[in-house]
Amino acid sequence: MTVISALLVVGSLALASALLMGYAAARFQRERLSLVDKIDALLPQTQCGQCSYPGCRPYAEAIARGDADINQCPPGGALTIGALAELLGRDAKPLDPGRGTSKLKQVAFIDEALCIGCFKCILACPVDAILGAPKQMHTVVSSECTGCELCVEPCPVDCIDMRVVDQGMSNWRWPRPQDAPRMGL
Amino acid sequence: MSQTLWQFHGGLKLPGHKALSNREPSIPAAIPERLFLPLQQHIGIASRPTVKIGEKVLKGQLIASAEGYVSVPVHASTSGTVIDIGDYPVAHPSDVDARCIVIEPDGDDVWVERRVPAQCDLLGPKAVNDMIRDAGIVGLGGAGFPSHVKVNEGVENVVDTLIINGAECEPYITCDDRLIRERADEVIAGASLISRTVQAKRCIVAVEDDMRDAYAALEKVLIGDIELAKVPAIYPAGGEKQLIFTLTGKEVPCGRLPIHIGIVMHNVATAAAVYRVVHYGEPLVSRYVTVTGSVVSPRNMQVLLGTPVGDLVDQCGRPDGPPKKVIMGGPMMGIPVQDERVPVIKTTNCILVTDALERGPQMPCIRCGDCVDVCPVNLLPQQLYWYARAQDFDTAQDLHLFDCIDCGCCAQVCPSNIPLVQYFFFAKSEIAAEEEARGSADRARGAYESRTARLAKDEAERARHLQQGDIGESRAKNDRGQKKAYIQAAIERTKAKRATAREREGSPKDNATVGPDRKSTPESNE
Repeated sequence: MTVISALLVVGSLALASALLMGYAAARFQRERLSLVDKIDALLPQTQCGQCSYPGCRPYAEAIARGDADINQCPPGGALTIGALAELLGRDAKPLDPGRGTSKLKQVAFIDEALCIGCFKCILACPVDAILGAPKQMHTVVSSECTGCELCVEPCPVDCIDMRVVDQGMSNWRWPRPQDAPRMGL
Repeated sequence: MSQTLWQFHGGLKLPGHKALSNREPSIPAAIPERLFLPLQQHIGIASRPTVKIGEKVLKGQLIASAEGYVSVPVHASTSGTVIDIGDYPVAHPSDVDARCIVIEPDGDDVWVERRVPAQCDLLGPKAVNDMIRDAGIVGLGGAGFPSHVKVNEGVENVVDTLIINGAECEPYITCDDRLIRERADEVIAGASLISRTVQAKRCIVAVEDDMRDAYAALEKVLIGDIELAKVPAIYPAGGEKQLIFTLTGKEVPCGRLPIHIGIVMHNVATAAAVYRVVHYGEPLVSRYVTVTGSVVSPRNMQVLLGTPVGDLVDQCGRPDGPPKKVIMGGPMMGIPVQDERVPVIKTTNCILVTDALERGPQMPCIRCGDCVDVCPVNLLPQQLYWYARAQDFDTAQDLHLFDCIDCGCCAQVCPSNIPLVQYFFFAKSEIAAEEEARGSADRARGAYESRTARLAKDEAERARHLQQGDIGESRAKNDRGQKKAYIQAAIERTKAKRATAREREGSPKDNATVGPDRKSTPESNE
């Protein structure tokens, strides 16, 4: 009799807490990020295609599927490779030199005197950062430009330059102070 | 006047060196040969020039207008001619040049017409606020936050206490001290005006207990129910959150502003400037500046904004011997000035000429905890230092890095001479840059996703039209042919343009590798 009542008590307790937890799991469900989302969040979003995929998200999908390696993103460079390695529990490796090299942040600049309004760069821009209409002059919204260089090649009159972003007061960063020398033991 | 005062944690009793400069009455500084007026002298968005090069301007004339709510206009500090709008050195740790309007004074110092409202004492809050904004007034204590924003927040919220801050706590600086002694009536009138505008229940004017003459001067002209307070001279007693705690016992919560606990604070010089704009129609064109340290005759001067620092040093007597360090601000929080053309701006309270601030060589942290004892914000500087150094910025933020007020107490007492504040500046700027990068990556991701979706939709639409026979295949081909011809013609035109341009430059060299010939046949893919 005691055994039965003990079982009943424990059993009903277990059932009650299971129901409570089940309810809580459904009620307070946290938004779960898929692996692709997590990888995509680490990529620089230049959408440059240097990884051989048509954008950052397709590259993230390829990594998640296991089709692509983690060292194919030149704009992200060592930082991105390190972050991906940590996320995926792999060893970091140097950037694949065949993909390109890490450079300073650049933005596209259209020489407006030469632009013929052909619209080709606008079609090429992966983030809609070029403004213009057919047979009208085009211009780059530099705050939106990711520096992917995809607009440079299609331009039939070669009027697009990539320019390194100026160091101004707004994007200046404090240098890291020189650390104290280590004391020998 | 006796009132309960609270004592904030930490702080330092520092040698004041105030007597160096506060004995002599202030004098107006000479009008310099050139005035350099930066477009960004305040926190917020830089102002936009409204004058052109070559234009004649009068003293007090608007030369750059405010761009947005948290922004203020700039006025010409004297009459003269605008000779340039370009990048010049300013006081900034980066040494990056900033956009300035350069005025060549004509020496006459002629004012623009100053409009004074008929009944200054009866102005409504909106009118006073507009006048403060249009006069370009910012916090003159050093932070440079646009004053009209603070006043406006005060109007829109219930203000329990208005504090007028005369607690000039950093060593060497005496510009507020001299201003109070010489213009106590303006400070009190300004305080009363702001108090009325924000409908404060209490108004306290606070000075440090070693500013006896200033206290006496204020006492003499006290009006209404404005209270006076003396706070202990412990650095940083004049820090906003520290002074609030000292006077009211209230702490401003993390990441909140004083207005959230019903308090508004303005500097004494700001109060005087508010008085001058309302009663005399004078915008902010000059300020008190302490020139002190090893100059021959240290003193306070009334300086036109935009006056180069070097001019002031010369007027107070350049010290003999090898060139010394010039610091804009005080010894604790000032910025070293590399170029003597750097101008005095709205937030410049002191020019300190010295070479006595060099520290010994930096050594490893010995975890003595002295920095913890002196931190006025109750932070753990040595922990913040480790995490900033290891670039573990998340942990540094968890330890409230952004509550640090950059006062420098920790670095001052560090027996290992570690430049702690520099590490904190480094960490804060890296975090800000990281957030900026994340923001633009998110924008790029959004733009890419919406473009991908749009292209897919267009493609589907196109397929549907083709199926329905709206666009015949022949017509599409014809279109493509025309387009090709048009582009080819345009390319020819551009080539010709380039060729003539090259001829004009007179450089016969042909850079064919980068020339337009590289891509002679445009692909006709759409």
